[in-house]
Amino acid sequence: MSLSLAAAIPRSTGRWVCSLTATRQRLFHSGIPRAASAAPSQQLQASNDYSQYGKTFDKILIANRGEIACRVIRTAKKMGIKTVAIHSDADVNSLHVQLADEAVNVGPAPTSQSYLNIPNIIKAIKDTGAQAVHPGYGFLSENAAFVKALDEAGVTFIGPSQEAMAAMGDKIQSKIIAKESKVNIIPGFNGVVRDVDHALEISREIGYPVMLKASAGGGGKGMRIAWNDDEVRDGYKIAKTESLASFGDDRLLIEKFIDNPRHIEIQIISDKHGNTLYLPERECSIQRRNQKVIEEAPSTHIDEKTRKAMGEQAVMLAKHVKYSSAGTVEFLVDSARNFYFLEMNTRLQVEHPITEYITGMDLVEQMIRVAANQKLIAKQEDIKINGWAIESRVYAEDPEKYLPSIGRLSKYIEPTSTKGQNEVRCDSGIVEGSEISIYYDPMICKLCTHGATREEAIENMKRALDSYVIKGVTHNIPLLREVVSHDRFASGKYSTKFLAEEYPTGFKGHVPNPTSLAQLVSLAGLMHAKRELRNWAWGHGREALLKGDLQGIAPHSWELFIGVQGVDEKMPVKIEKLGKGANGEDEFEIHTPGMAPFKTSARWPLESPLITNKFDNGEEVTVQYLDALPLGFRVQHLGTKFDITINTPAQHALSKYMPIKEKASTTNMILSPMPGSVVSVDVKVGDVVAEGTAVATIEAMKMANVLRSVRAGKVKSVLVKPGDSVAGEELLIEFEDESKEAGKTEEKK
Amino acid sequence: MLILQDVVAKIDAKRQESLLGGGLKRIETQHKKARFFFFFFGKLTARERIELLLDAGSFREYDAFVEHNCVDFGMEKQKITGDGVVTGHGTINGRRVFLFSQDFTAFGGSLSNTHAQKIVKVMDKALLVGAPVIGLNDSGGARIQEGVESLAGYADIFLKNVTSSGVVPQISLIMGPCAGGAVYSPALTDFTFMVRDTSYLFVTGPDVVKTVTKEEVTQEELGGAKAHTVKSGVAHAAFENDIEALQRLRDFVDFLPLSNREPAPVRYTDDPSDREDASLNHIVPVDSTKAYDIKDVITRLVDDSHFFEIMPDYAKNIVIGFARMGGRTVSIIANQPLVSSGVLDINSSVKAARFVRFADAFNIPILTLVDVPGFLPGTAQEHNGIIRHGAKLLYAYAEATVPKVTVITRKAYGGAYDVMSSKHLRGDLNYAWPTAEIAVMGAKGAVEIIFRSSADRASAEKDYISKFANPLPAAQRGYVDDVIEPSTTRRRIIEDLEMLRDKKLENPKRKHGNIPL
Repeated sequence: MSLSLAAAIPRSTGRWVCSLTATRQRLFHSGIPRAASAAPSQQLQASNDYSQYGKTFDKILIANRGEIACRVIRTAKKMGIKTVAIHSDADVNSLHVQLADEAVNVGPAPTSQSYLNIPNIIKAIKDTGAQAVHPGYGFLSENAAFVKALDEAGVTFIGPSQEAMAAMGDKIQSKIIAKESKVNIIPGFNGVVRDVDHALEISREIGYPVMLKASAGGGGKGMRIAWNDDEVRDGYKIAKTESLASFGDDRLLIEKFIDNPRHIEIQIISDKHGNTLYLPERECSIQRRNQKVIEEAPSTHIDEKTRKAMGEQAVMLAKHVKYSSAGTVEFLVDSARNFYFLEMNTRLQVEHPITEYITGMDLVEQMIRVAANQKLIAKQEDIKINGWAIESRVYAEDPEKYLPSIGRLSKYIEPTSTKGQNEVRCDSGIVEGSEISIYYDPMICKLCTHGATREEAIENMKRALDSYVIKGVTHNIPLLREVVSHDRFASGKYSTKFLAEEYPTGFKGHVPNPTSLAQLVSLAGLMHAKRELRNWAWGHGREALLKGDLQGIAPHSWELFIGVQGVDEKMPVKIEKLGKGANGEDEFEIHTPGMAPFKTSARWPLESPLITNKFDNGEEVTVQYLDALPLGFRVQHLGTKFDITINTPAQHALSKYMPIKEKASTTNMILSPMPGSVVSVDVKVGDVVAEGTAVATIEAMKMANVLRSVRAGKVKSVLVKPGDSVAGEELLIEFEDESKEAGKTEEKK
Repeated sequence: MLILQDVVAKIDAKRQESLLGGGLKRIETQHKKARFFFFFFGKLTARERIELLLDAGSFREYDAFVEHNCVDFGMEKQKITGDGVVTGHGTINGRRVFLFSQDFTAFGGSLSNTHAQKIVKVMDKALLVGAPVIGLNDSGGARIQEGVESLAGYADIFLKNVTSSGVVPQISLIMGPCAGGAVYSPALTDFTFMVRDTSYLFVTGPDVVKTVTKEEVTQEELGGAKAHTVKSGVAHAAFENDIEALQRLRDFVDFLPLSNREPAPVRYTDDPSDREDASLNHIVPVDSTKAYDIKDVITRLVDDSHFFEIMPDYAKNIVIGFARMGGRTVSIIANQPLVSSGVLDINSSVKAARFVRFADAFNIPILTLVDVPGFLPGTAQEHNGIIRHGAKLLYAYAEATVPKVTVITRKAYGGAYDVMSSKHLRGDLNYAWPTAEIAVMGAKGAVEIIFRSSADRASAEKDYISKFANPLPAAQRGYVDDVIEPSTTRRRIIEDLEMLRDKKLENPKRKHGNIPL
């Protein structure tokens, strides 16, 4: 259909794409004009005179999607290189497709059929004549077979050689190489563990506590910690079974377990002429389930001596494997600053922007240059640390249980640098209206801020998070905002256990303190007053007559009782409209318990998503307006969502008579919305699904209707199978009733 | 002088009495928070409701001193000042409304002849000056002691409902019981809202149902808010409790003109009329079998994303409701691809038809968003009269003379294309998005008929798609006025509504048309 359309209305689609950035800037409510999309490259102090370096490539293909594809395209454009994007069926309208000069569809939505489909990607390279391929991270970025296929096709891979990649790709292999390169490694054993006794022997030799895991597994997957012989026996069995089941490989890793470890990594960049540089470290210890959440560069934990030692070891390792391109050597660092090699990532890391921020180097540019056989220009002594940078990974997930959320971004406004110092960098691959789908990583954006000091970088991060508007999916900004304002984070004394220790039962959202509560309710009261004035602002017609003296006057003072979700008592707020202020705007005086009365002119447009007010104590507070509620608003304050109830004195006095109802239970059943046939059932009994997950597809009227779960839960029964004909309102899938389950457990007690 | 003082004192005493309705004890019962089987208590009194509904201090009461004149069954000894209903007028955000609020504490809010006459009086006054009538219903039913007098009272109200219909907006908010003949007054009004768990509507209650049909059913199941907003379509929306319901009713009244003599109201907005929304360009999925939520489109087009949906839980394959564009109230009718592919069936046709007629009666422009695969096939539909009911929507659209702007976002197939405010039914401005497909049916079905014997169906299908699965054929014939960039839709519609503000179009004179009921 799209094909015939394009033919029918020539060039129209193209025009709309071009006007995208312009319209986005003009978007109502956006408040601050969006900075040019090329922000990252502007922030890097690299010279813009590329002629001195000589030519690299005419055209490259980016074998990736989302933010990293966009990020690579931007640097390529800066360097005058033409870009080819690849995309799946689901990504046809994606930002990376629009930014690239050309785009090729490489298959259906599932990654195995598109972004991991080597034959299709090779074909795309040949068809478009791209001379090199940047793999981004993930997907094929560490796939030696892909590099081999490129070598055979005579296309340059913007990354390390397949030999270096293969050497570092295997956990055991890489440790052996590290040992040979005189890199500190964690005392331990790599290889085939014969039996339980062998495991015990090794463990005792290393000394408890020890860690057991599958050699082939990445990150913390299948990791077990043993503090004594018994635990080694259990751990061995489980790890071995898992290793075989998950990876078809029964080799195990047993090593010293490091208590209170910090995850700190060194970025290196090597050319093909034997030169390697190490860049300042990145601290990635704020992790949840072994996934990085917040990173910073440099680290508060590392001194100059350790930095140098870590950097030099990283360089030794890179040289040993004849590494070229950008890579990262990960270390675990204990409290005494002993550091141990963890693994080497032979690709561009997700968190590379913070290194770019403090070094001024464009790592993608460097990767492209060294891939084109150019020598590194910079010398080790040129690498300096400029200020501090922090990265927050903004995910579409619920921050309490880390369940991914999917949906359409109904409102999406990225924060921008407001100080004119490029202090905010937002690496994303989406725009308002984009879909966060089940097929791909739920990362929305990498939000990075810079400051001359760590404190400044943190302050900038708080402001950026407060003004980041994301509606349509659940996101983890509440957690990110809470961590960056956490005392322990501010002190810099944290380890990889930070989140598990601070939020042992899961993060439940921000609990307002008296000051933040008073600020919140006074702004909510102001929003209400402004709305009331608008409600009386009738246009021409008979209503206008009534505005005057005949039928009373539009309200000019308000006595309100404002309730905040999670706070027991409603707060009385008084608001007085004072008339026009100096700038011609309505001025208000607000009386809130717990703070001195203050005057303000509510200058933001009504219903705008960002409401900022500077309080008398100099604090600038931003509240996000999310939705209207029957008696108030839903807002986001300090990252967390709050339902605000606004009552008039009469409503307040009478509210005590209102029946208290149990929370509306979301249905446990999924019914067929209409008669049709079942195309697919996407869940099975026992599956735990997130809210909004597609559970089945019904076809009727030649339309596929995707049925989604209305809540998160466990599937109790599936009553239909593909091909079945179903009637309207027929029960298809049933969920467990957790409230009943909870009741049962209590009965047992 | 002395006598006057006595009179004043007596008047004051009576007024005080009237303020208390059925007395403090009954008020306490009305307020009490409790749950008895499926029935929640925790209701406000008639006067408290008025206080919450109207602007502070704007209420002017009529007939506070009225008492009933029944002399049977000892009723002459039981009189309550006001006789179970509070009536008068006031303002909502500065605009006049008339209202009556039944008082369950006085004789269970039962309707006597004098009670009815009080209601008729405000309805007469509203008709005279041109202002909406709002009824807050909370009544046990007829005043049985009065016999036919009470029934006469009901009939007087019904007649008034009918003569006011289409002249002033009439709104019913059911805030307690409403049973028997009493249900027909709300049924005749333009909109019926309910309060969840504390209100119900039925012609015969569970006891009678049991006697007659042996069917055991609770009040809530038979005629609660859920039954009427999801199953029967009798009620247009339900709200959580009295306070929320009255606040939402205030918001609702803001959308309506005071009478059919006035244009649709205009209210200030900060939302720019030329706001463009780039994400609309990609909101319709490329794959034409994939669904999307038409409410996403609606909230992106209208002022402040504010859409007051009517009947949100009934016949969800069509979405109807009020919003503002450039400050002016518009009524929106949109097929919902998310539910049953947005197909037109009996319920959705009737739901939309009544809404179109309300909008037409009260000068509210109609914006129609079309993505419809056709009428729903099957015996269930045919035997229940999809022909007759579908014709209602066709009739309503064809008859409407208010400004009509239509945007075809994707499918406009078959007879449903004609029905959905097409150019042929006097649509003023009909647009298509580039994703529009205007055809008799989908390509596959069409090819099966045209090329019944042909072997190469695939290429025939391709031909059909390139011919009809795009808006050009319709545009070349002038059946759509333009193919527009989706991001500019808001601006185009607001410009058009401004241009059509003084549109004059009249149907031939007649007593009334004969809509296929």
